[in-house]
Amino acid sequence: MDVKPELNHTEIDIPAELRQQVTITTLERIYNWGRSNSLWPMMFGLACCAIEMICTAASRYDFSRFGMEVMRPSPRQADVMIVAGTVTKKMLPNIIRLYNQMSLPKYVIAMGTCASGGGPFKEGYNVVPGIDTYIPVDVYITGCPPTPQALLNGLIALQEKVKKEQLKESGWYTKEPGKDIPVPVLGPDIIDPRKKDLIYTETHRPEPTVVEENEAAGEDK
Amino acid sequence: MSELTVLHPEYEALLQRFAPNVEPDTRPGFSGIVVLPASLIEVVTYLKEQMGFDYLSSVTAVDQYPDDQFDVIYHLYKTIGGEGLELKVFTTRENPVVPSVTQLYPGADFQEREIWDMFGIRFSGHYDLRRLLLWEGFSGFPLRKDWHEPLFEEEVKPYKSRWPEGRAFHKEQTNPFHDNVQYPKEFDPESVSTDADESLYKALTANLANDEDGLHTDRMVVNIGPQHPSTHGVFRMSAVLEGETVVALKPVLGYMHRNHEKIGERNTFLQNMPFTDRLDYLSSMSNNFGYAITVEKLLGLPPPERGEFLRVMMAELTRIASHTMSIGFLLNDLGAFFTPSLYALEERELILDIFESVAGSRMMCNYFRFGGVVRDISAADFAKVKYLVEERLPRKIDDLDRYLTDNEIVRSRCEGVGVLTAEEAIACSAAGPILRASGVPYDIRRADPYSIYDRFEFDVCYRNHGDVYDRYLVRLDEIRQSIRILKQVIEQIPPEGPVMNGKVQYLVKVPPGESYGRVEGPRGELGFYVVSDGKVNPKRYHVRAPSLINLTGLEKMCVGGKIADAVTILGSVDIVLGEVDR
Repeated sequence: MDVKPELNHTEIDIPAELRQQVTITTLERIYNWGRSNSLWPMMFGLACCAIEMICTAASRYDFSRFGMEVMRPSPRQADVMIVAGTVTKKMLPNIIRLYNQMSLPKYVIAMGTCASGGGPFKEGYNVVPGIDTYIPVDVYITGCPPTPQALLNGLIALQEKVKKEQLKESGWYTKEPGKDIPVPVLGPDIIDPRKKDLIYTETHRPEPTVVEENEAAGEDK
Repeated sequence: MSELTVLHPEYEALLQRFAPNVEPDTRPGFSGIVVLPASLIEVVTYLKEQMGFDYLSSVTAVDQYPDDQFDVIYHLYKTIGGEGLELKVFTTRENPVVPSVTQLYPGADFQEREIWDMFGIRFSGHYDLRRLLLWEGFSGFPLRKDWHEPLFEEEVKPYKSRWPEGRAFHKEQTNPFHDNVQYPKEFDPESVSTDADESLYKALTANLANDEDGLHTDRMVVNIGPQHPSTHGVFRMSAVLEGETVVALKPVLGYMHRNHEKIGERNTFLQNMPFTDRLDYLSSMSNNFGYAITVEKLLGLPPPERGEFLRVMMAELTRIASHTMSIGFLLNDLGAFFTPSLYALEERELILDIFESVAGSRMMCNYFRFGGVVRDISAADFAKVKYLVEERLPRKIDDLDRYLTDNEIVRSRCEGVGVLTAEEAIACSAAGPILRASGVPYDIRRADPYSIYDRFEFDVCYRNHGDVYDRYLVRLDEIRQSIRILKQVIEQIPPEGPVMNGKVQYLVKVPPGESYGRVEGPRGELGFYVVSDGKVNPKRYHVRAPSLINLTGLEKMCVGGKIADAVTILGSVDIVLGEVDR
């Protein structure tokens, strides 16, 4: 029986008696294989989904079977940020700061409908409709909250993604490995620094635009 | 509730004593006593000192828009048990000011700050009136009826644009910023200061005396949270330290403020049921219970016999699941990382299996309806409950007891730490295990019985030291009492029969009036205050969250102790952020 089928190079035949001990592979494959089996999630829960995340870590579902048991409270030591729960405007600057502090390569899982798109609380005035409005998301998991099985499925999907990555295209060994995301500021409402110009133009528009906006909304209905 | 409530002779005396500043609320469906703002303190002092209303359960407000009126509503109870008293103060929307009752009831602290945050009602005499859930500088007071959120569509659901055709669209695409945001006119994004915590630090150090003995010590502000492994979610406490000793501490809330009440006032009555699951997400069945009995008071629709038993069964199973988890995580906070939690979670999983089977979801059960529960329990699930209650759980709880109770580290870290005396606990309006660990045997299941709790035999567990260790012991005892109640439920439940009264309907019309219902949840007194104006949506929907109000005493418990103990104390208060911030 071959113990590491995903590692072996398909074109080179290894003698049957050596398959248990020897593997011939590429750097990329063994690099991705190693990374995907030691994804360390950040120990960081936002809301209800965090409880299901804890259940996934506990003995019944036990995600250490897949190499993810090392949960780290410090973003510096974590590979995956599981955004487990509703992202509120008040919490958002902290989440962005945590994301910026994670070292590359880093991945984000949006766990549950709230983190994916606002969920049942989307209409709330303090709720961000999905974490992907600010940071890139690798895997979305549906459910409110997703069951532990769904979270495991999401994590395995992330492993598959990691295995398909190519060193050549990865940005993190280049001289400029990605830029930080500007941290939002809490003003009269949350302010995305990337949208400052838009905010300025919209709030300084002359009065008649209000009518136009209403018309636009009317057409949409 | 629509008929006029007959007043107790004691209240007649109160009315006569303070006439004409006090009069009964005569609006149909409403009850309680209306007090003029000027004589509020006088009346409340009399109620507290002469009539024994020592426990302020809840403070909330109602916006009477378009009328120029805010109602501020106080629910007072006696810790010796019995019915409560509802007190109301009216103020104008133009210039809303009400005297603060924090001098008499420190438990009003966070609740008055919340009302200031949400309604903009000022409480004169409050020592630290800052926004509680939102941040300083937020524009507007969200729970005012004329304030609209950025993704506002209509006043009430179901929205005509979406129902009954079932059209789905992204509301934020109609917003000029393509996001859930709005800004005042002429707003300049460059003008915002980034130092948002200035007022917090000012409040933290406001009451600290300087250099009493002439020795200069450097004080240090330490922020724990909102992302910290021991704060049970996105909770933040800001502490001032001298060396390792805490000299001042303030909780900073709102990192999970999900606008529960604003959304609840747009929803129909029934649509709120699944939202209550997400309040205290460790005990969704208890939340359902509280909301259901509150609305049933208005509807006058009691559940059938088997429904009542199923409700009690689910509520007690929830209590067991929640308390075991709480004990497990307390040990986490003590440094026994995750192993005790694994034991706790193992039992919780078995209870969640039952919930998943009867309700369809592990955590967000949405199982209760007005007039009963949504479906009956199957014979197989009933057998599971029976096995758990009669065989497995008593054994496992004894295990936990044996492993932990006499453990030397547990005892030395917990005994005498975070003490809250009985007087302080009552004053802070603490509830549940916190109150009972301080020597106040107050359990709503006994003091003001709801549902069918008056039929069961159980003890109200209490301890006298008021420290972390006693809170742990009270939780352990309560699990045993819950098992005792469950055994009686299994014995007495009618073998068959309907589980719900009234017809199944989506748009439940609730007669006009107000209703305050409370249940003893795992974390304490969970209250719902609902005002209906006869439509399918509540006019006011307020949650009296035990987790939030239990935090009022946190500073008292922590000051004078070491910072490492603050983590343990927070673990023993056992908050759930979904309920604290709502």
